Amino acid sequence: MGQVAFADVSKWFGLKVDGRIQGVQALKDLTFTVEDKQIVALIGPSGCGKTTALRIAMGLETATSGKVLVNGREVKGCGHDRGIVFQHAELLPWLTAKENVMFGLEMKGMRGAELQDTAMKYLELVGLKDSMQRRPHQLSGGMKQRVGIARALAIDPEVLLMDEPFGALDSQTRETMHGELLQIHSRTGKTIMLVTHDLDEAVLLADKIVVLRAGQVQEIVQVSLAREGFDLAEMRTQQAFAQTRLHVWHALHGDTATH
Amino acid sequence: MSITTGTADAQPIVTATMPEVLSRPKFALPRWVITVISVVTFFVLWEIFGRDVNPVFGSYPSAIFAAFLDIMRDGTLVPAFFESCKSFVLGYVLAIVVGVPLGLVIGRFRTVEAALGIFVTAGFAMPLVALVPLLVLWFGLGVMVKVAVVFLMSVFPVCINTWVGVSSVPKSLIEVGKSFVAPDHVIMRRIIFPATLPYIMAGVRLAVGKAVVAMIIAEFFTALSGLGAIIINSANNFDTATMFVPVVLLMVMATGLTGLIGIIERKVAPWQTELSGRDSA
Repeated sequence: MGQVAFADVSKWFGLKVDGRIQGVQALKDLTFTVEDKQIVALIGPSGCGKTTALRIAMGLETATSGKVLVNGREVKGCGHDRGIVFQHAELLPWLTAKENVMFGLEMKGMRGAELQDTAMKYLELVGLKDSMQRRPHQLSGGMKQRVGIARALAIDPEVLLMDEPFGALDSQTRETMHGELLQIHSRTGKTIMLVTHDLDEAVLLADKIVVLRAGQVQEIVQVSLAREGFDLAEMRTQQAFAQTRLHVWHALHGDTATH
Repeated sequence: MSITTGTADAQPIVTATMPEVLSRPKFALPRWVITVISVVTFFVLWEIFGRDVNPVFGSYPSAIFAAFLDIMRDGTLVPAFFESCKSFVLGYVLAIVVGVPLGLVIGRFRTVEAALGIFVTAGFAMPLVALVPLLVLWFGLGVMVKVAVVFLMSVFPVCINTWVGVSSVPKSLIEVGKSFVAPDHVIMRRIIFPATLPYIMAGVRLAVGKAVVAMIIAEFFTALSGLGAIIINSANNFDTATMFVPVVLLMVMATGLTGLIGIIERKVAPWQTELSGRDSA
């Protein structure tokens, strides 16, 4: 069970410009929900506050006003009920892939054989069974991100928070990872909140797309794409794909009035 | 329950045996051979040109070696060497034991940084030579004063390097710890310390040179024992060749120690050397 609810979340930053501190509003009255087992994408141009919203949900930053509820509990700091995948994986360079996954588990208090087995199970899930003794610099960008996903999933969080997880990957690797994420989602049934600036990624993966502009919800778009077999090429041919994509494109460019 | 991946970012081919093209030796001189050639050339040139110099103003390798055998035989060198080593090791180890935790704390906590950072920065620039007579008054002429001088000279580079190391740990790695609800002391021990290790090792390496100089300075002032005493006494007797014996010995020792620290560095922080591509020694 994993539900995330943003309730009137606002965030102000102090920004020092020309020696004077200016207030900048990153988020304004953000309200939306991520239902259990859903994938929800937060999309918007850079600087629209989507990463800030995710970081508030993780507890790495605090909202100036409003609150985020995870399963009805207000977020106050980080917790094991949420797992985060960073944009650049952020693996600890001195640990092997397996040890990186184990790090999160150890913080949860897991020890001994269970620790080893769980880490291996999740590395297997992301297809890295043969590379688990490698250090991060011996892994490709896609492999690093898989370790990041395994590390977040291994602690069995109720919600998986992903901050542009495939943004730094080349387009072919990204496509592969999209398919894998859909498979992992169907297998684990995790609720996923995904921040992205990639329109296709949002439409292909998400059940619901929250379009952000200048820190505000511009529109919330429901996606009804048939995802049998997680065949991304086939999904792109569906009429729903083209329609939703165009719809979100207009929302991103600020002319929802025509729709 | 592994996932079958597509073509992109597929698993690399892993084979037990390395393809021949990788194991074929490259025709390049190993680094140590180049170093040996360089050192031998230096000593040969010194030997050739050093002989033309008045023995009071300079010396040359074979004369220094003869002097080395002399003071080995009459039993002055070995006890002096161990005497010096004792204060060197004590002061140097103490500097690491104090400098590393101090640097970690200063780098981690803004309040401590604001309160103590300025003393460390100032201490690094402290003209220690001027203070040695005062230290002699405090600690006497025994081993204690030498330990104190060695400590004071080497603690600051260790501390400052550790401090700089902590400040340059990426915030994102600390956030990894926070995201998985690691307590502060775990973040310190398992994220900040390993991330800082290459900086710490650099400070520890710099401190070797500082500590050697400090040891000799201390012995100059006390002038009663150790290698510094041999230098002072032979210089006073215009016995330049004998004076060079401890000088050369100390340089050899410091170089060896620095090399040893490099080996330790590769053992404790292997990812760093691999990352910077300096692995092929």
